[in-house]
Amino acid sequence: MKQLRIFAWLLAVMFSVNSAVQAALTIEITQGAEGAMPVAVVPFAWQGAMGEAPLDVAAVIGADLGRSGRFSVLSRSDMLAKPHQADQIRYQNWRLLNVESLVIGTVREAGGSYIVQFQLFDVFRGTQLIGYSIRSSASGMRRTAHQISDLIYEVLQGEPGVFATRIAYVTELRATDDSRRYSIQVADADGYNPKPVLNSSSPLMSPSWSPDGRKLAYVSFETGRPAIYIQELDNGSREKITSFKGVNGAPVWSPDGKRLALVLSKSGSLDIYIMDLASKKLERITRSYAIDTEPVWSPDGSELVFTSDRGGRPQLYRIDLAERQVKRLTFEGKYNARASFSPDGRSLAFVHTEGNFFRIALMDLQTGAIQVLTDTGLDESPSFAPNGSMIIYATESKSGRGVLSAVSIDGRVRQRLALQIGDAREPAWAPHKK
Amino acid sequence: MNVLSKVLVAIIPVVIIAGCSTQDTKMSDAESGVDSQGSMSSASMSQKDNDSAVTSAVSSDSGFSGDALDNPASLLSKRVIYFDFDKSDLDEASREIISAHAAYLTDHPSASVVLEGHADERGTREYNIGLGERRYKAVARMMALQGTSTRQVEGVSYGEERPVAMGNDDSSWRLNRRVEIVYQGR
Repeated sequence: MKQLRIFAWLLAVMFSVNSAVQAALTIEITQGAEGAMPVAVVPFAWQGAMGEAPLDVAAVIGADLGRSGRFSVLSRSDMLAKPHQADQIRYQNWRLLNVESLVIGTVREAGGSYIVQFQLFDVFRGTQLIGYSIRSSASGMRRTAHQISDLIYEVLQGEPGVFATRIAYVTELRATDDSRRYSIQVADADGYNPKPVLNSSSPLMSPSWSPDGRKLAYVSFETGRPAIYIQELDNGSREKITSFKGVNGAPVWSPDGKRLALVLSKSGSLDIYIMDLASKKLERITRSYAIDTEPVWSPDGSELVFTSDRGGRPQLYRIDLAERQVKRLTFEGKYNARASFSPDGRSLAFVHTEGNFFRIALMDLQTGAIQVLTDTGLDESPSFAPNGSMIIYATESKSGRGVLSAVSIDGRVRQRLALQIGDAREPAWAPHKK
Repeated sequence: MNVLSKVLVAIIPVVIIAGCSTQDTKMSDAESGVDSQGSMSSASMSQKDNDSAVTSAVSSDSGFSGDALDNPASLLSKRVIYFDFDKSDLDEASREIISAHAAYLTDHPSASVVLEGHADERGTREYNIGLGERRYKAVARMMALQGTSTRQVEGVSYGEERPVAMGNDDSSWRLNRRVEIVYQGR
């Protein structure tokens, strides 16, 4: 019942916000968690000369917290009062509603900009947990709201939030004349503010974030052949990194940002190489006649996990970069591929088949135990949130469109980010910006 | 395009007449088209330059004439090789098609092809790039074994990025697991 109310409330929020900001992605919570922490975010007061605040900040915060699956957010219509200052709060009202945490705030006009002030209270103790004033602009207010969500999340959940992070993904639009337009987009983690980084009439693949969140590596077929590029997001300048004969694919940054693991077939079959980005020197890492691809670095940079069909079918292997020892990691299922390391290095998310279905699974690297997190059929490209709480991945909607979804690592909370037109795929969750 | 369709309209009756003999002699058919090529390539050259040359590309009684690649009854008209899921094996029918193209390329050193390897949407994208590459290389290897110069054959894998059929069912997937033989400059 509570879940339903939250869902209805979120829908209402989505519509009201949607009319203000044209977003290409909409969010839908397909499954909520039990035991979520009840929280109320009171609409922020507006202190300006006229009209209203540039953004309903409280609505964005509420949507963020609800989307994480860790919180159940009280509907505005259930609020008995809407305080804006600490001395207006009557804690017993909120206790009656079983609210554990309360957020209040104000948006104040200050010259050409705005001051967003908020406070978070523990309802049962009747004490303030945090309070901040943040200067913001009209266009930057969504980001400010996400930063507030991150602060609240960290205090209440004990780990950093990921609401102010971004995602990169590939879109494809098919015109009526069957021509196709591909692009790499970067959007806020909630799907708002999508901005194309690159548009092309040829396929684009495998966007990968630099650890500082300032660059993307990707594969483009714009010359009719695949080539790997690195592009700066601030100024759009880019550099062609490899364009060898055959495959140039699957670029991924090392955790220190100095090297790029990538896949080339210049020696015959697909093998994994590491390029030192300063010297552009290539080092060959795997030597097999099989397909070796989709490398991913362990967070400490000491090893790569990759997909190989050297055993007959695609399975995951790890290679220790110092000793060059290769060890097979997956044995369960006919197809295990495209791993993503959790930020703590303890688990891998990857594509795993159950019968004819391709799903996202999580493996505990200590025990080798596998947990399947999704129940759809063509799931691919898992990517961990930088705090490790969720995994974003690509799947297909019932109508066959490519859509992005996210699932919590316990598999209990799922949300879908659907493009209004075209297909979205290959999501890559950006690191926390440094 | 107009020229081509005119040629096809002119050719089709001839092909149908000659059709019964093509069934069991596919290879020699392709070769006979190739044998007469010396004169034909000049005809096809003039077709490009001058529309009036169209009629001269069809001769009276020796079955198809014109560039063998344009003969709809020839194996050379088949430019797509299909594969099983996660496989790059060539079946007998595919081998015959590839042999015909290999023979044509050997006899036409100035001709060249790009082999485009593709996969269906199942499985991961970069792995499917590998699969597309393995598929076009299987075709290229067979051509090389037939004596085709490696200079005439290039390959590119698009993985699952360029499907021809959009459904997500077996019939679409079957059509998407393919290598397309694309003649350059035609």
